[in-house]
Amino acid sequence: MSRHPLIRIEGLAKRFPEPTGKGTLTVFEDVWFTVDPGEFVCIIGHSGCGKSTILNILAGLDNPSEGTVIVGEQAIDGPSLDRAVIFQSHALMPWLSASRNVELGIASRHRDWTNEQVRAHARKYLSLVHLDGSEDKKPAQLSGGMRQRVGIARALAVEPKILLMDEPFSALDALTRGALQDEVLAIRQATEQTIFMITHDIDEAMLLADRIVLMTNGPKARIAEIVENTLPKGRQRTELHKYPNYYPLRNHLLEFLVTRSKELAGGVGAGDPRAPAIIRPVAEAGMGTDAADIGTVHTAAPYRSRPAPTRIIAHANGNAVSPNGDAVLKRPGRSS
Amino acid sequence: MAQSLALRAALLSIAFLAAFLALWQFAVSGTGTVADMDPEYAKLMGKTATQGTSAMPGPMEVGKKLWEHLRRPFYDNGPNDKGVGIQLAYSIARVLTGYLFAFLLAVPLGFLIGMSPLMSKALDPFIQVLKPISPLAWMPLALYTIKDSNASAIFVIFICSVWPMLINTAFGVATVRRDWVNVAKTLELGTWRTAFQVILPAAAPTILTGMRISIGIAWLVIVAAEMLVGGTGIGYFVWNEWNNLSITNVINAILLIGLIGMVLDQLMAQLQRLVSYSE
Repeated sequence: MSRHPLIRIEGLAKRFPEPTGKGTLTVFEDVWFTVDPGEFVCIIGHSGCGKSTILNILAGLDNPSEGTVIVGEQAIDGPSLDRAVIFQSHALMPWLSASRNVELGIASRHRDWTNEQVRAHARKYLSLVHLDGSEDKKPAQLSGGMRQRVGIARALAVEPKILLMDEPFSALDALTRGALQDEVLAIRQATEQTIFMITHDIDEAMLLADRIVLMTNGPKARIAEIVENTLPKGRQRTELHKYPNYYPLRNHLLEFLVTRSKELAGGVGAGDPRAPAIIRPVAEAGMGTDAADIGTVHTAAPYRSRPAPTRIIAHANGNAVSPNGDAVLKRPGRSS
Repeated sequence: MAQSLALRAALLSIAFLAAFLALWQFAVSGTGTVADMDPEYAKLMGKTATQGTSAMPGPMEVGKKLWEHLRRPFYDNGPNDKGVGIQLAYSIARVLTGYLFAFLLAVPLGFLIGMSPLMSKALDPFIQVLKPISPLAWMPLALYTIKDSNASAIFVIFICSVWPMLINTAFGVATVRRDWVNVAKTLELGTWRTAFQVILPAAAPTILTGMRISIGIAWLVIVAAEMLVGGTGIGYFVWNEWNNLSITNVINAILLIGLIGMVLDQLMAQLQRLVSYSE
């Protein structure tokens, strides 16, 4: 892990006034995490936990009620070409051809370029997502998968520091989704692009992400823990289920979504929000592949100056343990 | 199947037309009672009184007159006798002038209203009050202030065509999909490029719908306006022919007004097709 994260999300909160007019509704609060350069981070949580809001804040399209997002050395202030967004509903301009859609951003990035240069650059990125020959087609003439490919090309073509993806494949059928996941995997291997993505799909997160941020249910959602992907690098979608760590990882994530996200909702059993627990689910030697367990527990490094005792809720064999339950580990190192 | 449907529809249309013409011919061909009168007196009276024929012209008569008009549309025998083409040209010129001014005001203002909730709220009461006013109610005020009948007619066209364009532009701009605006923001398109490359094309179909409604209303209103201001134009022609008791010419004018209105509407429909997009 790099010592200088590319994105630092510090104490983010979003609150709305209650519809009744009295008090405020907290969607999420105390959200702290970082994304390193070149890292692929997925965020998983149920609807209503505010993950789309977090992405919109990262994109500069929404403002947090509290907290800041620091990219590089600067707190973000509004949208920027350095943070490109791939929208859930492709959001292509239907009156423009695929190429013209991609050109929009390139023309902002390189204001001194001629039309020829802009067009050539657009063609390059459309070719990267295998859309050669469809440059002049309008979005209505393209299939759902092809439209999302144009959306990916449009985002990549501005050469952003960070790619933000808001459930980009959720509107696609399973086959197309798989093909596009492979595409993203290949692009990422080729470009080392830093990517932050929202998903509902556990297998998608396991295939693509280096780290998976798990959020508890809203309101008052927060980060429950951060799961490191224990599947080997260079993994393939079709081979995923054959890796020994597949089931421990999958069970851990699934179990979180099914039970623990609910149990931990509203701040029950919260650890230090600034240093969420980091979990590495691995297969235990000598056990079956469906045995889930906590592997190594890491200390969250970035905020050493503010240590706090963090309880990590451990669980074995895919069974949840209540926050006050038996398998509670003390964080190694200091405690206060 | 589609072709056969079009063909059958066309045949049916022709049948309806034929039936209508036959009915018309039948209705005007009957003779009424003829009163006995002094032959000297009868010379002063029209055929309705002396022979009992209908004062309403039949389709053949109207057709013959129409052919005359179409053969010589642009003759000019002085203020009271101009070719129907000249009269229509006057009307079309007034409509297009007033419409153009309305367009120049309504689209930018509508854009502003659509973009700014503050302006939308601030201007809404004025629009709500001004919109339902019959354009002809402005005529005396226009005549008094402008002191020119031609310009007053143009003003009336302006005021009647401004509202649909204004309201549709504001609505179209205000309801541009959030996603497209967000894309424009994240791609740093800036105010002007966002306005012209995202919001304007996105709102264009709605704006064109307003423009199409406006041209229709303008063409409706010009006839009435010209009846009031007189001098030239198809509206004046209708009223003048009524004063001449030429029902034939009145019917011809009605037919031509309908045809020109249809052409104007179709032109706007073509424009609409040009800017429409499918998602």
